[in-house]
Amino acid sequence: MYPSRFSYEAPKTIEEAISLLQSGGGEAKVLAGGQSLVPMLKLRFASPEMLVDINNIPGLRYHRVDPDGSIRIGALCRHEDLEGSDVLARHQPTMAAAAPLVADPIVRTRGTFVGSICHADPQGDWAATLIALDGHIIAQGPNGRRTIKARDFVSGPFQTVLNYDEIAIEAVIPAPTGVPFGGYLKLERRIGDFATAAVAVALEMSGANVIRAGIALVGVGGHTINASESADSLVGGHLTEERIAKAAELAAAAAQPRSDHRGSASYKKHIVSTFVSRILNNIAKSTEKAA
Amino acid sequence: MSSLYEEVSTPPASDVPVRRITVNVNGRMHTADVEPRLLLAHLLRKGLKLTGTHTGCDTTHCGACTVLFDGRPIKSCTMLAVQADGHEVQTVEGLATASELHPIQEGFKDEHGLQCGFCTPGMMMAAKALLDANPNPTEDEVRWALSGNLCRCTGYQNIVKAVLWAAEKMRASAN
Repeated sequence: MYPSRFSYEAPKTIEEAISLLQSGGGEAKVLAGGQSLVPMLKLRFASPEMLVDINNIPGLRYHRVDPDGSIRIGALCRHEDLEGSDVLARHQPTMAAAAPLVADPIVRTRGTFVGSICHADPQGDWAATLIALDGHIIAQGPNGRRTIKARDFVSGPFQTVLNYDEIAIEAVIPAPTGVPFGGYLKLERRIGDFATAAVAVALEMSGANVIRAGIALVGVGGHTINASESADSLVGGHLTEERIAKAAELAAAAAQPRSDHRGSASYKKHIVSTFVSRILNNIAKSTEKAA
Repeated sequence: MSSLYEEVSTPPASDVPVRRITVNVNGRMHTADVEPRLLLAHLLRKGLKLTGTHTGCDTTHCGACTVLFDGRPIKSCTMLAVQADGHEVQTVEGLATASELHPIQEGFKDEHGLQCGFCTPGMMMAAKALLDANPNPTEDEVRWALSGNLCRCTGYQNIVKAVLWAAEKMRASAN
């Protein structure tokens, strides 16, 4: 399969990339890892007139913890960088759990975190973690930078609120006020398949008390679902059996799955509820141990 | 290199920009004029006649087209040839020397790690990436590293054995 014809530009700076996007007038696409875009070009679901390849812009392949405790992920940080990351292992359990479950090992050498967010696939793993963590995207355009909350970033399937001349240059996980706990569980028929259902949970704890919670669901609706009612029900208390059961029930209620070849709607809701309680029970156990 | 366009129904119009790229493939420098939409897999197969790299699913699932790009495994059907400009690519043809098979190839032979052989080049390149990074992998680590490569014949048992065989042989010869 061949993509439609396009012109190809490989700018060396972000500013140059932005002016190329401007000149493209909405018919240009940013190419980062290309692990979603190139297949879409080949299937001709996308046929931009210009590709602006940002892989030659130095300084975008990083992820780090800043002194204030926030985690910053550059536009060319690959999935494999996060999979092997000490930073995530030490500071961000939700993302550390998701990293090995994104696509397959070979796609992970090339695909990028920020690209996955911008691709805005309702089945994307990273978008769920970023929403659960209440992260944001920093977009740069001709008039400078702006910050967009992850939960406001996606405007529809495969659509974001980015302007055509903006580039998402960084994703930010805000500094936790408590101790971060979390998990990511994904049911897939085989490695590399889209999730039948997946759940991201991100908590901040003060002792055994939940002081912040985020829960997001994948594969059970036309977009990544922010299960805020379920998450909110956990805040201000301990992870007791009753509260875990309640959160699992509310998460399943927030899911809007459709029956398809991956399973029936009721099965997917059951998976959501099971995953939420499994992750929360694990956290409860590890906080008990710490106490 | 008109052969690069053999699979495209029409030759490039005169207004289609062609880019000159230089790629190091298996240690040899190659220069090619490519249309931006040409995929790396097709540059290798059609342009450079290195047909060891197979295109299987053509949708980023099967891993038959896996090659090493600056030492890391990638699916060459999911990268543009222009992106390889100035980079190093290693294909299955780069494994054996004129006189000797690579231990990974020997492993696949000895342990019967292939039946139809279609997925084998991708499997071997993914295995090479694993063993370069981790010379002493567990069976689980081998299975994990190959989980982006599909085989429809073997049930994977002998592929895993082949990679473990190669790992042992490579460790022995390194000592």
